[in-house]
Amino acid sequence: MRNKNTPVAPELEQIHVGSMTRSSFLLKSALTVGTVAGAGAVGPFVSSALAQANGDIDILNFALTLEYLETRFYKTAMGLNLTGDAKKYAKDFAADEQEHVNALVGTIKKLGGTPAAKPTFQFGITDQASFLKLAQTLEDTGVSAYNGAGPLLKNKDLLAAAGSIVQIEARHAAAIRLVNGANPSPDAFDKSLDKNAVLKAVTPLIKM
Amino acid sequence: MPDPRNQTSALDVIADDPTSRKKFLRMVGGSGGVAAMAVLLGACGSDNNSSSTSTPAAATTGTAAKSSASDMKGDLDILNYALTLEFLETDFYNKVIDAGLFKGATADLLKGFGESEQAHVDALKATITKLGGTPVTAPKTKFDVSDATAVAKLAATVENLGAAAYLEQAPKIKNAEVLAAALSIHSVEARHAATLNTLVKKSITPDGAFGKPAKMADVLAAVKPFIVA
Repeated sequence: MRNKNTPVAPELEQIHVGSMTRSSFLLKSALTVGTVAGAGAVGPFVSSALAQANGDIDILNFALTLEYLETRFYKTAMGLNLTGDAKKYAKDFAADEQEHVNALVGTIKKLGGTPAAKPTFQFGITDQASFLKLAQTLEDTGVSAYNGAGPLLKNKDLLAAAGSIVQIEARHAAAIRLVNGANPSPDAFDKSLDKNAVLKAVTPLIKM
Repeated sequence: MPDPRNQTSALDVIADDPTSRKKFLRMVGGSGGVAAMAVLLGACGSDNNSSSTSTPAAATTGTAAKSSASDMKGDLDILNYALTLEFLETDFYNKVIDAGLFKGATADLLKGFGESEQAHVDALKATITKLGGTPVTAPKTKFDVSDATAVAKLAATVENLGAAAYLEQAPKIKNAEVLAAALSIHSVEARHAATLNTLVKKSITPDGAFGKPAKMADVLAAVKPFIVA
């Protein structure tokens, strides 16, 4: 069990909210959230920073849901009879996605938010071919999801962290595409997808 | 409960969702994206008042609709820096293709990468001009393209560096549309980097689960040997 005070990723450790340090932010937000009667008394700067943090936390939780999905997907694939690069990538990528999950959970908690619950997934993958086909779609969708969400993040440290994650998703996407004999980089500009489009895409993979 | 057999097709539909796709193309993408990207950025240029009215609170929002003159200057500097790197990459691939070192699928791949870099050059130049800036001119380059193995290694180095350069700059970009464009280029450089890493038998994720950024000074020092003074 990871100690919640253990640094999860160096990129995510130096998080500041607005111009406040994290500790002062967390103190103030705890006071604000914890005391309903006092909420109206806080200064406009604090409530503004808090509103921004809440928006960012929503985005981080959206990313967390995708990372839960990808982690479970690769762990499920590891149970299939895979060979060669497909086998290696399933194992490697499962570890990468798990690190993304850990980093996002740690960051959401540090910002005073509650990490989204892990959904139960169903992928319908039965062999190497069905794994590789869905992997390509999931990684491409992941890239587009992060690229769509990035400009919405208010906190620039979070944007830096999201960038360091999307770069890995793009590398995964290219590697899987190569195994599939597909163009690893089919467009000069990667597409971006908004949250609704991404959720619509992954909903069939989530058990209700 | 959804039918698992429909999963992939549902995702495929979204991946090709004409609405999202069209929306994105309006912003930056595709072969006709250059003009679209520049048009969208028009609003930023017209708000470029001489005196900054940003309050501390507004400044912390970063992507606020109104950009100050200094924000715009910062974005233009980043765009011209990116343009310099894209010029280098484009020239590199052109020289590699001309040298005829690679055949078949690898040659096609490198040609495609070169075309992407040229599209990045075109988009960045148009954006800089639209924002009222002046695009830097293409540097004169020198690349040793005599040996296929050395060229493949250099290509991998250049693309990994390019991805790291965009990653470092992205959080410094103030204009949301410029940022969206930079992100859409960043992940393409990452795809190129991973592909070339497989070609030279390197890990596709040499930095582990999180990409590492590279500072402008370090990147410029690294590419200096390829620029003719």
